[in-house]
Amino acid sequence: MNTEFVNVNPENIIDESQKLKFAGYHLMQQCATRVPDAYELIYTFGKDLEVKQLKMTLPEDQEISSITSIYPCAFIYENEMHDLFGVQIKMINIDYEGKLYRTAIETPFK
Amino acid sequence: MSNRSVIPFGPQHPVLPEPIHLDLVMEDEKVVEAIPSIGFIHRGLEKLVDKKDFNEMVYVAERICGICSLGHGLGYSEAVEHIMDIDVPARAKYLRTIWSELSRIHSHLLWLGLLADAFGFESLYMDCWRLREDALDMFEASTGGRVIFSVMKIGGIRRDVSDEMLKDFYQRINKMEEDLKTIAKPFLLDKAVQTRLRGVGVLTAEQADALGCAGPFLRASGIARDIRSTGYCAYGDVDFEPIISTEGDSYARTECRIKEIFQSFDIIRQLIDRMPSGDIDVPVKGMPNGEYMMRIEQPRGEALYYVKANGTKFIDRMRVRTPTFANLSGLVETLKGCDLADVPILVLTIDPCISCTER
Repeated sequence: MNTEFVNVNPENIIDESQKLKFAGYHLMQQCATRVPDAYELIYTFGKDLEVKQLKMTLPEDQEISSITSIYPCAFIYENEMHDLFGVQIKMINIDYEGKLYRTAIETPFK
Repeated sequence: MSNRSVIPFGPQHPVLPEPIHLDLVMEDEKVVEAIPSIGFIHRGLEKLVDKKDFNEMVYVAERICGICSLGHGLGYSEAVEHIMDIDVPARAKYLRTIWSELSRIHSHLLWLGLLADAFGFESLYMDCWRLREDALDMFEASTGGRVIFSVMKIGGIRRDVSDEMLKDFYQRINKMEEDLKTIAKPFLLDKAVQTRLRGVGVLTAEQADALGCAGPFLRASGIARDIRSTGYCAYGDVDFEPIISTEGDSYARTECRIKEIFQSFDIIRQLIDRMPSGDIDVPVKGMPNGEYMMRIEQPRGEALYYVKANGTKFIDRMRVRTPTFANLSGLVETLKGCDLADVPILVLTIDPCISCTER
């Protein structure tokens, strides 16, 4: 299976997601990894058994646009990234505002 | 004009063995919107990469869930093996695949039992769970465990299975298949059951695909996406086609899972017939350095395992995307417009595994 990661600019995530949507890809997952002073975000899209993975480095103090306007099911992954890592995501369709997970400490994976 | 009200469903409910909460926005007896809420038992297991080395993380992965335990250990191990370019011996791959299919059998039988219980067929529920015991007995005989197996390791498996035991498994599988033919009839033919399942919670193929659903929940809507088709482990050596149904309702999901159990019997028989001899593991040298996204087909659907390693014994990140997490969006969609009385059945038909979701 193709598991290559394609580096993209976080500012272009809407355009990139839209292209994949038009090409018939569905959203498989979004996840964050902590790197010094930033987050590494990986968005995985699938079509049949084919996979495309977009990788972005987002500075800690920057926001990224939600892709829930293109993939409504992204709300669950984006709320997770926000609650566990503190990734700042704007315009999530269903925004739990930090209440998807009930954690003892705020953003425990940050 | 109808009055709207909100009914809280869960986190404690008779059909829910694990806690999840839904706010059901009702118009009379119809659900117009469902808002899920999770996080009651989130354990943060992924964070343990800071404290456990990459070999010990196999045990952590196995403890994500008691039903999908073997698959989690397998998915994580395969991801690390891809990063380290480890070629696992063929016998280990075959045994991993047999155990994966046994997991599917016991998971689906557990679910069928819960479904029977939900629509009030107590004897059928106990029959399903009695049959499931046979699969657990095979696990116990071959791995030493019934829930957590600890048989997976980076580079192979920890225990071999003798040819005599495999022959015994073959006989047991045949017996289970006969028993399942009897048990399956009420699920597929009984009119009372069909009344509860047919036309309830329909999800079209377009909806299921757009919402990123996975597993039997997806395939019951007519999409033949089964990650076993990629040929990971020993799936490349067996003949099978993804099981699909087209109706996309609760009955179709039940039918899909029952057919998948029969298919798992067949896959296990093929693997036993073709079982290669040889080693069950290879020595692992060095530390992993790189990243990989592994996909496997768990009983509940496609699961993703992302591992990022940095060349030390502690990996940077392990991320598990479980099928239930992906199916929550589909569940919310199927609940729209259903009767309040159908909500428990619909929640059950995605086969929710909250332990996986709250890893």
